[in-house]
Amino acid sequence: MRSVIELRDIGFRYDEHEVLRHVDLTLDEGELVLVAGRTGVGKSTLLGVLTGLVPRFTGGVLSGDVLLDGASIVEQPPRERAHLVGYVGQDPLAGFVTDTVEEELAYGMEQLGTAPETMRRRVEETLDLLGIADLRARDLRSLSGGQQQRVAIGSVLTTHPRVLVLDEPTSALDPTAAEDVLATITRLVHDLGLTVLLAEHRLERVVPFADRIALVTGEGGLRVDEPRAVLADSPVAPPLVDLGRLAQWEPLPLTVRDARRHARSLPDLRAPEPAVVPETTPLLSARGVTVVHGTHVAVRDVDLTLSTGRVTVLMGRNGSGKSSLIWALQGTGKRRSGTLDVDGDDPATLTAAQRRTHVGLVPQTAADLLYLETVADECAAADGGADAQAGTCRSLLDRLAPGIDAAHHPRDLSEGQRLALALAIVLTARPPVLLLDEPTRGLDYAGKAELARIVSELAADGRAVLLATHDVEFAAHVADEVVVLAEGEVVSSGSPQRVLAESPSFAPQVTKVLGAPWLVVEEVAAALAANGAGA
Amino acid sequence: MTGSAPSTRALPRDLHPIAWWSWAIGLATAASLTTNPLLLLLLMGSATVVVMARRSGHPFGRSFRLYVLLAVVTVVLRVVFRILFGGQEIGNVLLDLPEVPLPDWAAGVRLLGPITSEALLAGLYDGLRLATIILCVGAANSLANPKRLLASVPPALYEIGTALVVAVTIFPQLADSARRVHAAQALRGGATSGVGRLRRFLVPVLEDALERSLALAAGMDTRGYGRSGGASPRERWVTGSLLLLALTGICVGTYAWLDPTAPRVLALPMLGAGVVVAVLGLVSAGRRVQRTRYRPDPWRTPELATVGVGIVVAVLGWYVGHTQVPVAYPGVDVMPYLSPLALVVGIIGTVPAFTTPVPASALAPREATA
Repeated sequence: MRSVIELRDIGFRYDEHEVLRHVDLTLDEGELVLVAGRTGVGKSTLLGVLTGLVPRFTGGVLSGDVLLDGASIVEQPPRERAHLVGYVGQDPLAGFVTDTVEEELAYGMEQLGTAPETMRRRVEETLDLLGIADLRARDLRSLSGGQQQRVAIGSVLTTHPRVLVLDEPTSALDPTAAEDVLATITRLVHDLGLTVLLAEHRLERVVPFADRIALVTGEGGLRVDEPRAVLADSPVAPPLVDLGRLAQWEPLPLTVRDARRHARSLPDLRAPEPAVVPETTPLLSARGVTVVHGTHVAVRDVDLTLSTGRVTVLMGRNGSGKSSLIWALQGTGKRRSGTLDVDGDDPATLTAAQRRTHVGLVPQTAADLLYLETVADECAAADGGADAQAGTCRSLLDRLAPGIDAAHHPRDLSEGQRLALALAIVLTARPPVLLLDEPTRGLDYAGKAELARIVSELAADGRAVLLATHDVEFAAHVADEVVVLAEGEVVSSGSPQRVLAESPSFAPQVTKVLGAPWLVVEEVAAALAANGAGA
Repeated sequence: MTGSAPSTRALPRDLHPIAWWSWAIGLATAASLTTNPLLLLLLMGSATVVVMARRSGHPFGRSFRLYVLLAVVTVVLRVVFRILFGGQEIGNVLLDLPEVPLPDWAAGVRLLGPITSEALLAGLYDGLRLATIILCVGAANSLANPKRLLASVPPALYEIGTALVVAVTIFPQLADSARRVHAAQALRGGATSGVGRLRRFLVPVLEDALERSLALAAGMDTRGYGRSGGASPRERWVTGSLLLLALTGICVGTYAWLDPTAPRVLALPMLGAGVVVAVLGLVSAGRRVQRTRYRPDPWRTPELATVGVGIVVAVLGWYVGHTQVPVAYPGVDVMPYLSPLALVVGIIGTVPAFTTPVPASALAPREATA
């Protein structure tokens, strides 16, 4: 196999912080390489070295050489690499230049001066290749997340690059849309022999497709090997691999199919008892809530009860009305009809300050809540705004995420720390009900485990928690109850054992392997331990 | 008009945006050269008829209603201002309001006072003129995609065109981000008044805008925007000096043209020479550009006809204004009337409603609703 791209002895550092040190990476033709690692270890930096955006858009000092087909391109700016390296960023919408699908596909070719007939032909070919021909005249902003991602991939494919670089292509997508996008990418690798370098947090989605994994270890190093070899002791691993490690399966299963075959060798395990629903008092009860945006019915006649100590997870496709429902429950979002009762009040009729003491909400982009220069200032402002004792917010923050430097700028915090800060600010007003909209964005496995702990603690304090997420594995960890929305209506609700296991797209990996009541690896570990103790 | 019969059966396609803008500017020019309310109403009617017949299916195609609203507000404001500030004794007094005495520093400004029918009519005519111009701009906006207009600039100005397109695109995003931040900030306590409140709102919106801009810049850069192409330093030097020379020529020419004491040689000839050099510079700059256009809008007979209609309306409007002064600028004490020529000016603007092809983009939503 011929090597397309070669990174030789790459080093990259900001002032005193060394991100990459003596990194070598060779990408062969027609290969899909997954870049994995914890948040903030330099996955995006590695991708940026290839596209030329690092160091030009980030600052810092780059050393070493990048070879494409044997020729050095490290001195070339990104625009001169455009016909060789195609790059799709985390938020495809932010990178769109034009406003319709067809023009966006042609944009790159226009820049390269491709002949008009060739352009026309390639646009049609790409529309078919990605299955987006029916979207050709659509406004890019009106597309769903998965469609936008496919258009973004198409728009770099039209220039026929040698390498495709993708930064978290499925992070904002629901499971089904993510599968569509990944199927498209695999098809490109298989049919066109395209080389793909892809960074992703949710390994469970991508590992089955990867030829090799490049693990960014965090001390500037990079480990590149077969997925099985890397995942055997990687700090980030999908639940399937965790299960395999736990049961000491050899070779390590990477797909659900592999794991099922191994699962026959497991001893008979006592399935986890369905948790007894404790006596709880409802804190928020909504009846017949309907939200309408213009002519579009976002939420249709939804009944929902949030009770003390319970974590409810809201799932559903992108655009199924999760955010609209959350904002309506908070009281800011206008409902067309229905009743809402929190603590005897209807939040919609209260002032913003009173609402905060009834229902707390952390929006999708937690950074929207923050506006001051230091963590200490943010906490002080939150205390002042909620008439809380000075230091309330800070002590909440220390419980949620200990050890954040008060002098740090909120934007310098990691994704998880920033979320914890926003959460602490919202909790300062002591709301009994807490709503979280897509809190797992940008969090790695450790970050999600931390968030799961925080959410369980908040519930244990007697709060009612509702969170919307696409992340099936996270939902399996935290949910006491799952509600699935489609087209604004509740299509199923109940215990996670029932709802998640019933749905083919929402079933977590452990359920796919072991069948119904099993949800997470921890349950299997507990059962194995009990078995061992019993035997 | 040539070939109106076959072109009514022309295949659906979007007309070149420059054609629509030329037509609209022609109508607006005619409107700016008259205060005759009948003529102005006719011009408004022509613009509206064409919009109804040929507007595109894109979101901006629905923006015409906003412009109508703006036009109505303009007329009303004009009249109200005449009542508030335009009190005068001379003329047919309709309502004798007392004048509000103002201090000395406001000398020259009158508040209230007698309302005369002349003042009201003058305000109405004036407002109508402005409203017609607004409506013409609105018509152009709903007929032609403003982004495609920006994208059809000559290759040498491509960078500026792209910058404008991006600016137009960023605008709705900024509004989205402002709405989101506004809602989010209500979720927490903090400063509730004065600078603090403004800061709560502005900081996240600006941070968001900056991040988006960086993401967009990175996206454009990785897709080849601004590739240098193969220009030699010599070519670049020639282009640069041509454009600089042109700029100087145009500046001097404009100055001399406006200043009657300057030598006439420096006036129009200098201006003309400046424009010629500018065109040369743009051609020279455009030649080294290696970009291509995907499916550029063609320029065919319907485009020519549409531009022609715009020019005819403007020229005839100018002619009426110069030769038939009582028609173009009727007094406020007599009933305004139209001459046959003025009537032609008023209604010939509707011709593109029949001579242009149906826009391709208008069909999709119709099929969708059917």
